[in-house]
Amino acid sequence: MSQIENTNEPLIGQVPDSRGHFGIYGGKFVAETLMVPLQELQDAYDQYLTDPGFIAELDADLQNYVGRPSPLYLAEGWTRHLGGAQIYLKREDLNHTGAHKVNNTIGQALLAKRLGKTRIIAETGAGQHGVATATVAARLGLKCVIYMGAVDIARQAINVYRMKLLGAEVVSVESGSKTLKDALNEAMRDWVTNIDDTFYIIGTVAGPHPYPAMVRDFQAIIGREARQQIQQQAGRLPDALIACVGGGSNAIGLFYPFLDDRNVAVYGVEAAGDGLDSGRHAAPLCAGRPGVLHGNRTYLMEDDDGQIIETHSVSAGLDYPGVGPEHAWLKDVGRVEYVAINDDEALQAFHDLTRIEGILPALESSHALAYATKLAPAMDKDQIIIVNLSGRGDKDIHTVAALEGIEV
Amino acid sequence: MSRIKNCFDKLKTGNHKALIPYVTAGDPDPAITVPLMHAMVNAGADIIELGVPFSDPMADGPVIQRAAERALKHRVSLRDVLTMVAEFRQQDSHTPVVLMGYLNPVEVMGYTVFAEAAAQAGVDGVLTVDLPPEEADTLVAALRSQQLDPVFLLAPTSNDERIKLICEAASGYVYYVAVKGVTGAGNLDVQAVADKLEQIRKHTDLPVGVGFGIKDAKSAAAVAAVADAVVVGSALVQKVEQAAGQHDRISTEITGLLTQMRVGMDA
Ligand SMILES: Cc1ncc(COP(=O)(O)O)c(C=O)c1O
Repeated sequence: MSQIENTNEPLIGQVPDSRGHFGIYGGKFVAETLMVPLQELQDAYDQYLTDPGFIAELDADLQNYVGRPSPLYLAEGWTRHLGGAQIYLKREDLNHTGAHKVNNTIGQALLAKRLGKTRIIAETGAGQHGVATATVAARLGLKCVIYMGAVDIARQAINVYRMKLLGAEVVSVESGSKTLKDALNEAMRDWVTNIDDTFYIIGTVAGPHPYPAMVRDFQAIIGREARQQIQQQAGRLPDALIACVGGGSNAIGLFYPFLDDRNVAVYGVEAAGDGLDSGRHAAPLCAGRPGVLHGNRTYLMEDDDGQIIETHSVSAGLDYPGVGPEHAWLKDVGRVEYVAINDDEALQAFHDLTRIEGILPALESSHALAYATKLAPAMDKDQIIIVNLSGRGDKDIHTVAALEGIEV
Repeated sequence: MSRIKNCFDKLKTGNHKALIPYVTAGDPDPAITVPLMHAMVNAGADIIELGVPFSDPMADGPVIQRAAERALKHRVSLRDVLTMVAEFRQQDSHTPVVLMGYLNPVEVMGYTVFAEAAAQAGVDGVLTVDLPPEEADTLVAALRSQQLDPVFLLAPTSNDERIKLICEAASGYVYYVAVKGVTGAGNLDVQAVADKLEQIRKHTDLPVGVGFGIKDAKSAAAVAAVADAVVVGSALVQKVEQAAGQHDRISTEITGLLTQMRVGMDA
């Protein structure tokens, strides 16, 4: 599987530059009040990233609290069903709290503690990041406020209750499209108001520098483990990687350690909602254009006046009009191919994996699985695909049931 | 000479401070904006900050967020705002107009196209709240080439290093955001403002405007005693909201508040 690439230079460690730029993307587009707090965060991050005490504490938490390493599982039944390449699933769904999000919240919460912050805030879409944040806040005894769009609160009721059980306050965001982007706006407003005692744990590789790089580094454990595991299990590197892309944190986490393995094809899967042609989707890399939102320059879903347009996806975690700036850069340099899967295809994959493998995937992850069903049959039986199973689907049972007219 | 510099020079001669009202263009509908700008000038406004509506006003509190939503219901675009300024200029050639908004609409139009169109329309300054000087080189150059003043924000968190950087990038005036928070937030502490202004003035001779938390004649007068300009936004936009679409009432309420502020500041 060959990929056209515009560069042969090594990619790992190349971006961002010291000002947070991934090529023309990224940067720090925030109001002045946040510039000094962002610099403090960056300084702390730079310091602790190489601090043996910090790393030891992070590693111990990831092992003993999160349950890492997460397994890499050869889905033999599903592979047979598709009749092509062997499909391995990176089981982030088995992490404590049920998704990859916790890899990042553990790391950022340890930073918050080092910085002496007493209050944690976060935005959430599907609620997975909110749950993962509320979880670490409970453990560290920090006050926790989660911003969540009113639309998402309605469709992710289980996670809302989980956050409350964990002691977090869940604030319903009623502005704009009442989804993830509006929750992010509201969290930023809280942060700028309470910067003295508050740490903002952004849940994906978006936001102003240093968040995209920092969240990537915390999530890259997914790819580091997978790269080792596949060599142990299959004796070689995979032919392709697939992950869903909302803001892009689970995807960059898997992709990053493989970026310089040029024989590994890499696919990021956006949400096509009702279809890219319908305009009702959440696929800025496939169908958007560059702009500035939420502190960085990246591909966005916007109209000709530069207003952000409402997105649609059956999966709340992918329902976001922007995408992490590193993905924008990887698209432009041609290292990653970005594709889109619509709601129906994702739902089909949700059911198939559940029936065939006994694994209930998150609707977000189901987009990555659905792309595997397109890719695998065209590949040889000795080829290998790793799909990032970014989270488990328990939170989505109500959504799926409602779509099928079933009352749970 | 720039209208903004001219304006501050003249005020200085008369020992007055600038009163700078902010309204969102097209709130609650596009027809009101130009007449309202003229009415504000008659009520004592020296410079007008005209808000460009944006779908995701991350630095604004609920009052100005709702103003943007009302304007966007009418699909008021950056181009529409420039048309409003051009119309305003047909009758007022001296009052400076500063556009205040977010970067993305400017980014989509293109920096050069925007700067040319803004200069053509009679805009004097541009304040993009989510654009710190670190990211602003290209836009600043485009604005400067059209003799437009880039206005930047300063915040309570800005240290000496940043104050210097910002004042070097800015012209016209700089805008000190007096509270940590979004627009419409909190109460300002005049002594803290005075201290910060002293620090800022070590780095620049530019006039320093102060905004956030100025609601009435009393707070306007208190800030005018220490700053070169008083910016009032949410308190006015709230009047627009309360008047529920009645143009006459909006105009009366806004000019009423501005007149009181003017009197307080000049006393
Ligand atoms: C299980 C799962 N996968 C993926 C995502 C999308 O986020 P990202 O693209 O940052 O991985 C989410 C977000 O809520 C999620 O819960």
